[in-house]
Amino acid sequence: MLILTCPCCGIRCDETELAPGGEAHLKRFGPGSSDEEFEDYLFMRANPMGVHFERWLHVYGCGKWFHAARNTVTLEVYGTYPAQVHAPPQEIRDMISTRVPGWRWKDDS
Amino acid sequence: MRGALSGLSSTSWISTFLKRPGRWKTACRGVLSVSHSQARALVAGSGSVPPAGSNFRSGARRECLPEALLVPWTSSVRFPSTRSDREDCPPRLPVSRICVLLPLAVRRLIWKPVREGESTPPRCELQNMGHYSALAVAMEAFREHRGWKRVWRSPEPRRRYDVIIVGAGGHGLATAYYLGKNHGITNVAVLEKGWLGGGNTGRNTTIIRSNYLQDASAAIYEKARALYETLSQDLNYNVMFSPRGVLMLAQTEHEVRGYRRTAHANALQGVETEFIEPGRVKELCPIIEVRGPRYPVLGALWQPRGGTARHDAVAWGYARRCSQMGMDIIQKCEVTGIRTAGGEVSGVATTRGDIDCGKLGIVVAGHSGHLANMAGFRLPVESVALQALVSEPIKPCMDVVVMANTVHGYMSQSDKGEMVIGGGADGFVNYTQRGSFSHIEETVRALVETFPMISRLKMLRHWGGIVDMTGDRSPILSRTPVGNLFMNCGWGTGGFKSIPGSGWGFAELMAKGESPLCAEFGLDRFREGRFIDESVAAGVAH
Ligand SMILES: Cc1cc2nc3c(=O)[nH]c(=O)nc-3n(C[C@H](O)[C@H](O)[C@H](O)COP(=O)(O)OP(=O)(O)OC[C@H]3O[C@@H](n4cnc5c(N)ncnc54)[C@H](O)[C@@H]3O)c2cc1C
Ligand SMILES: [Zn+2]
Repeated sequence: MLILTCPCCGIRCDETELAPGGEAHLKRFGPGSSDEEFEDYLFMRANPMGVHFERWLHVYGCGKWFHAARNTVTLEVYGTYPAQVHAPPQEIRDMISTRVPGWRWKDDS
Repeated sequence: MRGALSGLSSTSWISTFLKRPGRWKTACRGVLSVSHSQARALVAGSGSVPPAGSNFRSGARRECLPEALLVPWTSSVRFPSTRSDREDCPPRLPVSRICVLLPLAVRRLIWKPVREGESTPPRCELQNMGHYSALAVAMEAFREHRGWKRVWRSPEPRRRYDVIIVGAGGHGLATAYYLGKNHGITNVAVLEKGWLGGGNTGRNTTIIRSNYLQDASAAIYEKARALYETLSQDLNYNVMFSPRGVLMLAQTEHEVRGYRRTAHANALQGVETEFIEPGRVKELCPIIEVRGPRYPVLGALWQPRGGTARHDAVAWGYARRCSQMGMDIIQKCEVTGIRTAGGEVSGVATTRGDIDCGKLGIVVAGHSGHLANMAGFRLPVESVALQALVSEPIKPCMDVVVMANTVHGYMSQSDKGEMVIGGGADGFVNYTQRGSFSHIEETVRALVETFPMISRLKMLRHWGGIVDMTGDRSPILSRTPVGNLFMNCGWGTGGFKSIPGSGWGFAELMAKGESPLCAEFGLDRFREGRFIDESVAAGVAH
């Protein structure tokens, strides 16, 4: 069972209290974008084996969205952080780097 | 007879016995009724019961099997060299031959002493490629069933194949089989990182149905269901297809309307289904509680020729036939990279070395995104866990499959008597092939309302598989941005039922470059907005 701490209200909740919201930090494309960009935004997913960033909704709690950094192979949780950011905060990135040597945030490369 | 045989103490007794033809019949009966150790003694020609652990290794066994007996069986089984040869491999064993051979066999069994180190004729190795039949079982009984050989070969990988299939699940193996059977392409390897059928094919709850709403889905799932009807005969391997009927319960007014619509669509598609009233549901499945109150049964979509099959047997049966056609099934061989040259695939890197190929088919379910990454493109797929559980075995109580999609639960009874129960999929990416207690609780809590009797059952096992979910919940059978690289994935929670149809279509796509069955399932549909939206239509897992 997945246990995440909601950064909005501070409650440690198990997955039954949460609703999953899919991959985080997607760049939104709308009217005026190319077919390819729109397809990418709507359907293409990283679906990584390893470090992953996701959106979660604390649905049976404070009702707010937040982000989680997680490993999809070990189920290790690196941390959670507020949803109002475009990239994971530095302390989360540092945490992941210590746990997964060689890992880099995609925009850094 | 038992008594008489246990008293045997010398070979001379046997020879005296054999000189009196009138006693042949009794002898035969005797051989059939002797205990294992006595039979060993007889076969060894020692006349006395040997101590445990003496020279009865399987090699020795084979040598003492009369060749006369092996020839007719293996003759239908030799590796076919030409295609027409392969197409009809009927079992050839006329009764007249049996009459001649059986006494010979028995005589040989009794007479021929085991000689250590004697070389085994190579055709014995091909015995495993034999035709399975009641007669083969009877004949094997003569040697304590020690003559059965491995069902497929485990060769070392070669340097190059015309076609490589990654993933020895049902879909990968079926693709290889129909490549050989329908298109004559047999220089094929199927690479599997773990063991054959160890992915979702060996983890699923085996529901087979074809009552989909969209035409493209109905076509491929119905093709598959129809192939399942005769699959045991086609493969000469019992896949235990059991068309016991599938009930999809309508438990809300919305579902009633939805299933009525599906029944009409199915009528147009030529798929036999029917919307039935609660009374009929209760008749078909007496253990069901139709009144609710929480989840009343308002009717059901009934597909009488839906059902179940044995999942492992489907993988094993296809593997055996592929091996017979000369294909290499290579287990414990993980693909770790995909090589391309000039925009076309040229081979794969594996944990057992590099292998070249002309065409590559990736059929790895939950790992599809990972393999696509290796080839340099992305997929509209997410991999999530789907889980199932089984109860302790109980007496037969339900001879149909029941799916309750409003509550995400479904149940059938296995031949062993276990109640096989499945639930919905997780909503987050996961590669651990594990289940979670929250899901068991959710599924069982709801099913108990509909099947009150399961409240007293103990649950025995519980497991998970990683399923590949696409944006529109329909599969992808498609070319890819890389030339000669084909992708078969996205079967998600419901791809066991489609194995034969998917293999049929995907093999055609790989062989000819296009296939009517796969035409609608291309990758480009996501860009073009041409979805086959079964998620909204059926809203169903599995
Ligand atoms: C709990 C559960 C219940 C289900 N119930 C049903 C049901 O009732 N009815 C139904 O129709 N469907 C059901 N399904 C879905 C069905 O099991 C799958 O859709 C189907 O088995 C997929 O078959 P496959 O051959 O594509 O994949 P798999 O059987 O998963 O085979 C893929 C193979 O690829 C191998 N592989 C992966 N990566 C590599 C690599 N890098 N190199 C080499 N090999 C690799 C894997 O080891 C695996 O053996 C269920 C699934 C689950 C998990
Ligand atoms: Zn909260």
